[in-house]
Amino acid sequence: MANETPHELTPRDGEFGLAKAASESSPILDQSAGSFFKQLLGFWVTFVTQFKKVNTVQYPEVKEPTAERFHGRHQLNRHPDGLEKCIGCELCAWACPADAIFVEGGDNTPDAQYSPGERYGKVYQINYLRCVFCGLCIEACPTRALTMTNEYELADDTRGKLIFEKEDLLAPLRQGMLMPPHPMYPDSTDTTYYKGEVPGSHPSQEKNTHV
Amino acid sequence: MSPENAVVTEVEMITVVIDGFDVTVPKGTLVIRAAEKLGIQIPRFCDHPLLSPAGACRQCLVDIEINGRAFPKPQASCTIPVENGMIVKTQLTSEVADKAQKGIMELLLINHPLDCPVCDKGGECPLQNQAMSNGRTETRYEGVKRTFDKPSAISSQVLLDRERCVLCARCTRFSNEIAGDPFITLNERGALQQVGIYEKDPFLSYFSGNTVQICPVGALTGASYRFRSRPFDLVSTPSACEHCASGCSMRTDVRRGKTLRRLAGEDAEVNEEWNCDKGRWAFKYITNKERLAHPMVRGEDGELHEASWPEALARAAAGLKGKRAGVLVGGRGTVEDSYAYAKFARVALQTNDIDFRARLHSDEEASFLASTALNLTVSYRDLDRADHVVLVDFEPEDESPIVFLRLYKQVRKRGLRITTVTQVMSRGSEKLQASAVASLASVTELTDKSVILVGERASEVTGQFTSAVKLASSTGAKIAWIPRRAGEVGALVAGALGNLLPGGRPVSDAAARVDIQSAWGVNNLPTANGRATWQILEAASSGELDAVVIGGVDPLDISTEALGQLLNKSTFVLSLEISHSAITAIADVVLPVAAVSEKSGSLLNWEGRPRFFEKAITESLTRSDLRILSMLADEMGTPINLPSAKAAASELQAIGKWDGAVISMTESPLAPAQTVSGNQAILHSWRQLLDLGTLQGGEENLAGTARAAEVVISEARASALGVSSGDLLSISTARGSISAPARIGKISDSDIWVPRNSLGSQCIASLGAASGLVVTVVKA
Repeated sequence: MANETPHELTPRDGEFGLAKAASESSPILDQSAGSFFKQLLGFWVTFVTQFKKVNTVQYPEVKEPTAERFHGRHQLNRHPDGLEKCIGCELCAWACPADAIFVEGGDNTPDAQYSPGERYGKVYQINYLRCVFCGLCIEACPTRALTMTNEYELADDTRGKLIFEKEDLLAPLRQGMLMPPHPMYPDSTDTTYYKGEVPGSHPSQEKNTHV
Repeated sequence: MSPENAVVTEVEMITVVIDGFDVTVPKGTLVIRAAEKLGIQIPRFCDHPLLSPAGACRQCLVDIEINGRAFPKPQASCTIPVENGMIVKTQLTSEVADKAQKGIMELLLINHPLDCPVCDKGGECPLQNQAMSNGRTETRYEGVKRTFDKPSAISSQVLLDRERCVLCARCTRFSNEIAGDPFITLNERGALQQVGIYEKDPFLSYFSGNTVQICPVGALTGASYRFRSRPFDLVSTPSACEHCASGCSMRTDVRRGKTLRRLAGEDAEVNEEWNCDKGRWAFKYITNKERLAHPMVRGEDGELHEASWPEALARAAAGLKGKRAGVLVGGRGTVEDSYAYAKFARVALQTNDIDFRARLHSDEEASFLASTALNLTVSYRDLDRADHVVLVDFEPEDESPIVFLRLYKQVRKRGLRITTVTQVMSRGSEKLQASAVASLASVTELTDKSVILVGERASEVTGQFTSAVKLASSTGAKIAWIPRRAGEVGALVAGALGNLLPGGRPVSDAAARVDIQSAWGVNNLPTANGRATWQILEAASSGELDAVVIGGVDPLDISTEALGQLLNKSTFVLSLEISHSAITAIADVVLPVAAVSEKSGSLLNWEGRPRFFEKAITESLTRSDLRILSMLADEMGTPINLPSAKAAASELQAIGKWDGAVISMTESPLAPAQTVSGNQAILHSWRQLLDLGTLQGGEENLAGTARAAEVVISEARASALGVSSGDLLSISTARGSISAPARIGKISDSDIWVPRNSLGSQCIASLGAASGLVVTVVKA
């Protein structure tokens, strides 16, 4: 920065001792014997540090795992048969202090069942430009649909890309899961789903999949 | 004042002690209301100030002691009127009452599913709120909850979840007491008691939406609003209903620039706390795919093309400047918009050829409007106090539902006498226990406390307005005009009629014209009375007019020929519309205008009471008719200087009401009764509340509860034709025919009735006329 204006001392300069440092003579020009030992002492710190463990990580080639309960990107979980846990209740949006979450509920129909019960989250968006990763949404979620992953790499080049849609947030399908919409597990209710009594998908659920 | 109607001024006052505080209230006040007066909130579900006390939910239990004698158990404060010497202890001071309330709450919640996260009521639920304020923190119930299949559809627009119901009977009491449609009831007993509908009668009520609004839990929900949002998402704006002239106060809830629901607002003088289903649910016309987004201009190729505002305004100005033009306002404008049309016609087009009546109309009506209808002195309160109400060509349930609710309330409360001048008894008239007469000549026993309500269909019977006015003046009864559309009274006051200037000033009166000239700062105003709608259309067809400016008008409301008359090649048509319509299809320039929720302004209801509303969808960039006409007038070089609704309102206010001589009514003799023979009949019809109206578009759930088309015939005709109820009948004229199932009803033998604009029965489109026409009726 080519700032041509003369440096003016502000009251804060004095606070940090800068004004005092500038007014005294430079220590490098001090040729006294006591000064030599002080310099050796200074180099000793440098010398010892060479043998200490290095904290620097060669990010992004090398990545350190985060703490187990680190608050990272959200995830919308699924029941063991692949149905979404989210019921579109908007309690997460309600709890959000940053107004980062937008949810709109939808009606599950017999032809298109996305979650157990009557209601599912039709639109689900989290704006990561607003999110402060406080985790209040996770505490609010009544079905444990919303949790946080440890993923922290949330940078991008447009604002639009940082609004994550439902498909960006949904957990991947694991073994035994079917892509919704599909019917609920035979002879089950939403209560059996919440109690974790649904083991996985059932062959009869394959109809109406991928409507 | 007759003694039975005398207003009782001396009301006995009673002082009671509630939680140690004295409160003095009129005799008959319920304890729960007396407590409210002190600011003490007793929890309640079934209690509603406009419904009769039921004591169904038992949530409002309090300890009561009268003259030192205490009730042995806590009592429901919503059913017990105050008495002298009464000492009430609510949950705030009595541990017994508090424990009783907590116990009741626990019992109510035993079978309640607690599915608040998926329930539409969550966030604005009295059960949720009161369970927090007056309930136990932990449940002790470990059994299995009673379950029902859910949701069950009571009608296409109301869904019932019986698990959530606390059996407060608000909905059933509303249906019985307010709407008079006992279609919903409590079935079974004990733990299985549930709200249900009669198996054979569907829940066909025009007022069913109110049950959703007053349900204190999420048992009744609206299908259109199901799972759409939460209360905290919504931005609520007080608004007014644009669907009829009843003038309901409303609340419009908007989320992200989109109206998600509308609720009845509270206005004790007008709609109390109710509204009709049309007002509640018909708002999707704003967002339908036919909605106009940009101005359109007809190009060289004869097709409409999107154009910029400057281009469209320049084309419109070129087509209107210096030309002989007429203006059709449509009956749906706000007062301010109608005023802008009125001023635009006089200042920019130099004509009185302006008419707001986009329906069947007559010259007799114009004369009635200018002489009598402007004298707006009758109000809902007059209906409450009337000793006899005469309905002239007016079906309150279909054409002004809140007027119906008021009348029904008085019929139920004190047996208000109602006479309807009609050829056919409607379901609404039957609910009002009205006696039907064929003509005004047979109406008797009117006093100065009686009210004659004349509907807009009186214009279809020659001489009807004349005889109504005569009857009113000879008996001293009050007369009021109740049009169907919300903007008509406002348009009348704003001067959007050929023989009237703003404020009810007659065009023919030189002093009245001078008034307006000085208010508008113009040198001259046209002096001749303007043409009526049908004359404007005819003049456009014959080439006497070069241009027509058209607001929200459906040509099929006027006549079958109307659209063809505008198709005259040399006629320039400028259309100001919300959505694509028959008019925009033939217009030379189309300018998109704002709907009611996208602008501010006011409507006048039939009483002449202004209903102000603010812009509900603040994100909307659409312009109101007023703004567009002002820009257009600027473009034409004849500014009307109306930059905003506020400016128009204050200008109209400054002009004020005409205090000079009112033109007297041109009398017309009553038309002689037609005679028919054989399978001929005289056609009668009116528009049902829910029909194919333009503003009801896009809402299928609402359309699902519209009454089906039917042909009402008398018993004699049925036996002559050899048909019974449900058999298909065909009605035909030279133009076309309508087929619909027959219903044998109370109708004179020479007449038949069909709905005017319902699915399968569009009178003007199919038969070429809507009433008074002789048609042929045969078994289809």
